[in-house]
Amino acid sequence: MVERDTSPVVEAGPLEGTAEGALQATWGSAPGFWGSIATVDHKVIARRYMITAFVFLALGGLLALAMRVQLARPEARFLDADRYNQIFTMHGSNMMFLFAVPVMEAMAIYFVPLMVGTRNIAFPRLNAFSYWVFLVGGLLLWGSFVVDAAPDVGWFAYVPLAGPEYGAGKRADIWAQMITFTELSALAIALEIVVTVFKQRAPGMSLDRIPVLVWAMLVMAFLVILAMPAIMFASSTLIMDRLVGTHFYNPAEGGDALLWQHVFWFFGHPEVYIIFLPAVGMVSTILPTFVGRPLFGYLPLVMALIATGILSFGLWVHHMFVVGLPRLGESFFTASSMAIAVPAGVQIFCWLATLWAGRPVFKTPLLFVIGFIVTFVIGGLTGVMVASVPFDAQVHDTYFVVAHFHYVLIGGAVFPLIGAVYYWFPKMTGRMMSERLGKWAFWLIFTGFHLTFFPMHILGLLGMPRRIYTYQPELPWAGLNLFVSVSAFILAAGFLVFFIDAIRSRTSGLPAGENPWNAPTLEWATPSPPPPYNFRSIPVVVGRDPLWSLPDELPVTSALRTDRRELLITSLVEASPEARESSPRDSVWPFWAALATSVLLIWSMFSPWAVVWGSIPVAITLIGWFWPKGVAEDES
Amino acid sequence: MKERVVLDVSALPLHATGAASPTWWGTCAFMLIEGTGFALALAVYFYLMSLAPHWPIRAPAPDPWPGTFLALILLASVAPNVLVSRWARQGDMRRVRLGLVVMCLFGIAPLFFRAYEFPALRVRWDDNAYGSITWTILGLHTAHIVTDLVDTLVLTCLMFTRHGDNPRRFGDVEDNALYWNFVVVTWIPLYASLYWVPRL
Amino acid sequence: MKRAAVILSSALLQSGCGGVQSALNAQGPSAAALKALIIVIVAVCVVVWIAVMIVLVAALLRRRDARAVPDHVLHRPVMAAVAATVVVVAALTVVSFQATRRLAPDENAAVTIRVRAQQWWWQFDYEDADPARAFRTANEIHVPVGKTVRVTLESADVIHSFWVPSLAGKQDLIPGRHNVLTFRADRPGIYRGQCAEFCGLQHAHMAFLVIAEEPEAYDRWVQMQRAGAVEPENPEASAGKTVFMTRQCAACHTIRGTQATGTTGPDLTHVGGRRTIAAGLLENTRGSIAAWIADPQTLKPGNNMPLVPLPAEELRQVSAYMEGLK
Ligand code: HEA
Ligand code: HEA
Ligand code: HEC
Ligand code: CUA
Ligand SMILES: [Cu+2]
Repeated sequence: MVERDTSPVVEAGPLEGTAEGALQATWGSAPGFWGSIATVDHKVIARRYMITAFVFLALGGLLALAMRVQLARPEARFLDADRYNQIFTMHGSNMMFLFAVPVMEAMAIYFVPLMVGTRNIAFPRLNAFSYWVFLVGGLLLWGSFVVDAAPDVGWFAYVPLAGPEYGAGKRADIWAQMITFTELSALAIALEIVVTVFKQRAPGMSLDRIPVLVWAMLVMAFLVILAMPAIMFASSTLIMDRLVGTHFYNPAEGGDALLWQHVFWFFGHPEVYIIFLPAVGMVSTILPTFVGRPLFGYLPLVMALIATGILSFGLWVHHMFVVGLPRLGESFFTASSMAIAVPAGVQIFCWLATLWAGRPVFKTPLLFVIGFIVTFVIGGLTGVMVASVPFDAQVHDTYFVVAHFHYVLIGGAVFPLIGAVYYWFPKMTGRMMSERLGKWAFWLIFTGFHLTFFPMHILGLLGMPRRIYTYQPELPWAGLNLFVSVSAFILAAGFLVFFIDAIRSRTSGLPAGENPWNAPTLEWATPSPPPPYNFRSIPVVVGRDPLWSLPDELPVTSALRTDRRELLITSLVEASPEARESSPRDSVWPFWAALATSVLLIWSMFSPWAVVWGSIPVAITLIGWFWPKGVAEDES
Repeated sequence: MKERVVLDVSALPLHATGAASPTWWGTCAFMLIEGTGFALALAVYFYLMSLAPHWPIRAPAPDPWPGTFLALILLASVAPNVLVSRWARQGDMRRVRLGLVVMCLFGIAPLFFRAYEFPALRVRWDDNAYGSITWTILGLHTAHIVTDLVDTLVLTCLMFTRHGDNPRRFGDVEDNALYWNFVVVTWIPLYASLYWVPRL
Repeated sequence: MKRAAVILSSALLQSGCGGVQSALNAQGPSAAALKALIIVIVAVCVVVWIAVMIVLVAALLRRRDARAVPDHVLHRPVMAAVAATVVVVAALTVVSFQATRRLAPDENAAVTIRVRAQQWWWQFDYEDADPARAFRTANEIHVPVGKTVRVTLESADVIHSFWVPSLAGKQDLIPGRHNVLTFRADRPGIYRGQCAEFCGLQHAHMAFLVIAEEPEAYDRWVQMQRAGAVEPENPEASAGKTVFMTRQCAACHTIRGTQATGTTGPDLTHVGGRRTIAAGLLENTRGSIAAWIADPQTLKPGNNMPLVPLPAEELRQVSAYMEGLK
């Protein structure tokens, strides 16, 4: 569709000042406190998300270390039962809801608009809103921990333990409401990503030219949209059972304890792919750059992403293999869980093929990708093991499962994530991270990880249940546990090196330039860090690897208006231009709306009337948010 | 990097309308989220039903009349709703204003019947799981009626201000109408399950 | 305080390697079947992993020449690998399904035990057509070697999970639901079980023992259990009995044949005959009984037995009484 007209090549020179200056003026955020509160720049908000999420990783990791100290010796007195139960619940909930999911969404918020060549994410104010909501959710959970009132029911809060009868105090409510906060922000982001990918792709970026990472984020967004309502329903009904005496989970009154498990895992299983799919998207993006060759099997990889997404809604019962469901039904879920190994395999094999065909350059990002393949395949295979009903009967709720999910979560998601940070850090900050510290971080994390988590498989088979705050000396677990605990500190040291490198490089890293890795995707076609308007001119895409197909020149569209925030709307399939749509300006209203929402949610842990009275300020802030201000963006 | 202009977009409209507009897609995505929520609530309803020896649990079948009236009103409201949306597309300000006022009334009317619907369930939310799920479903749907009502009210005021005469506003009116249709459509399966399934 | 180390280590000797609570130390048919399945599946997966690693290393280290590798030469190997994956997972699914079928609960059991789990101990009811022959005990069951045992699983409060790895896979106990598990012990021995589903504060201390004995020994034990509590034979113990009946103890504990009929706590009719107390927490000696009664909340924080203040004298007496209840 791109008509290669004969208009002369425009040198960057003449446009300078005029265009950039005007764009800067319209897209830039006001300086000062309120300016930073009001900003709707997807990059700024994504950066906030990332920093917050990594702080939560560090905190959650420190909790893990506390658990490891306690478990290092039999009958240790480092933590008492109550503390331990709070800590493993905090660790799990924090890592899943405050680190893993948000950090992946943050990467989406930052890179989807850049990779599809647009100027801001769709619904940027919603984006700002989502961050504030997420932040309050995190503060709520950690605040409760500080005052020794943190949830103590595990990250999936099974009833009746979390129900009105046995879950004393507000602990379970805090867990449930933290969920509501994070899911609210996740849903908001999912909506933005879907619309950004559908309607704001650069002209020429037809479906078959969308970068794999963007595909991964799109599938992730749909998983969020279809899975999160389940957890919203679960957490709300749990609070209702606890606050207004409904009986959803009370067997005595026609409710059912297993209903909770069904609803939770109907969300909970897709949740793990919400974390995992973005990670594989990162792998598929990093790999080509460091083997200097296009990805092998674009189509199969995209199909695998979609297939995984669809299948993931047919697996939830594999978390419930020992609750006594009908045997035949269980076996169906064994089959579906095994089936998901096929799309996973497809991806692994396509990556191996890409590596085979290419010329690997062993920079830190690639090291983490290789570490990912080695580790994730183990985690995936243990997944296949526990997918067998009888196998699971022995290892369910033991350290074998703990080993499985750390292999897939850390090996499968955190390794690619760290690789991605090393890869995109230059783009985000304009400075390179240190290769030397990077190698250190990799080897410490890689070896530390396997030394920490591999023995857990054996502990599980030796009969060590999970979620026990201590064990007796005569049980044959002490040696391995000590080993695991010591190794955990090696792993932590690795993360520490990574954190230090990142903090150092922000100020003292070597200047990066536009495209330090000679990478093919659009985000590298603009300065590092990108200006508030992302691209001086909207790029036109002529191939799957834009910057490789035309190395020295960037095809672009004629200029958009610079006196208002304007971006290009293109068609769903072909990405042919449809309109020049405006993009909202900065606004503090999302911030107030988030505060009002937070008040409503927290209040509603104590009184059902909060839902009625609390919604009035929410409505007011929303009106303030959407009421037109007669600015240029309003023209049409 | 050298830039080369290969595509002229200066002629494009300053605003994307209908299925081209991001807000339209946003509304669709939002309806997908809400729809999933409703589907889930129904799934839970039938799950609990499958567990219960008798359904409804220790309660007479609900009195269908208020719900039926509400259903009729909602269905009736579709006609003006579709018209408003069409007039909005034509940018006919006078008719849109009128239509919106009508739609506000159509948003308020169901709430009266809803007030009678809760007692008509003949069970309290804290009696048993049957009461809990029915009250929850009804509450969920009420929340949607109220949300769209508030949205319509604000929009109506807006259309009487200087900001009104703007294709964007007309687009908002269309999206709002779309969402109201969604609220109506979702009520049909909910209504059938709440009032007629217990009578099977 | 001394631990149940003695018994447990002896159990270790009897049950061979792998420890006292291990899926790899199978002592009954279902555990053995599971162990076999585990070995098969793990073996297959190890092979798969090694294969992938070989390809990975080759891909990274292979000598490269100037020519670029075009995609089409890679199609066939990748397709082959995917096909292989399909075959392997299909095979694993079938293997798993076969095992499931073999493990289906077996109806004609010699012994049926009703398990009622509660925070954080186990109540066991040996059922019998004739109620007079049924009896109740706690935290320790005996089973006849070579006979099928059927356990029906209920919970009094939250979800727990019944798991004796050496004998069978686990099965949850869920309020409002009834699950069943059948197993058989092939060799005499002491097999430790532990609650596997997080159930609150003392989930870590919710163990129990399964003691498999030759049928004769088992029958003797059953006879003994059916009988009411033995009368204390020395003055100290009988003094202890009075203490037990006059203090709160009787409100929570049952001792058959006495006026103590409480049900919040474990049945103590034959507590003296058990190997451990407080759900596997302590080896059962007079000392540990005294320690427990003196301060249950320090030994097992949060458990549902309150500290009942007793003068040292009475404490000694009541412990003597408990110990005597063989
Ligand atoms: C990133 C997150 C992530 C990922 C990707 C996975 C991936 C998988 N998981 Fe995992 N899982 C979790 C996170 C994840 N899981 C978490 C957090 C829990 C625990 C929750 C809790 O209880 O706290 C859990 C628990 C869990 C259970 C429940 C265990 C129990 O509680 O008893 C099961 C059971 O089936 C399971 C199965 C699987 C399977 C089959 C896959 C598959 O997707 C794996 C597929 C991948 C491969 C198979 C490897 C690559 C393929 C090849 C190299 C091809 C060749 C392969 C073959 C021939 C087999 N997972
Ligand atoms: C992505 C998710 C994620 C991640 C990254 C981790 C990371 C780790 N996890 Fe965890 N884990 C879970 C998800 C995760 N976990 C979940 C979902 C559960 C289940 C919870 C439940 O049962 O409910 C769980 C449970 C769990 C258990 C079982 C607890 C129990 O059942 O009793 C254990 C035990 O060893 C454990 C250990 C660890 C360790 C040692 C790490 C290590 O990787 C940690 C590494 C260390 C750090 C990351 C810290 C580094 C930072 C510093 C040293 C400070 C630097 C500070 C600054 C720079 C400010 N985890
Ligand atoms: C409020 C109820 C209550 C009272 C009063 C009470 N107990 Fe207990 N007792 C329990 C519970 C509950 C347990 C199980 C604790 C556990 O293992 O988690 C228990 C456990 C025991 C055990 C261990 C039983 C076993 O099989 O492991 C002994 C022995 C015992 N109590 C003796 C006594 C004596 C003696 C008294 C009086 C001084 C007493 N109890 C008072 C509730 C009570
Ligand atoms: Cu009972 Cu864990
Ligand atoms: Cu799963």
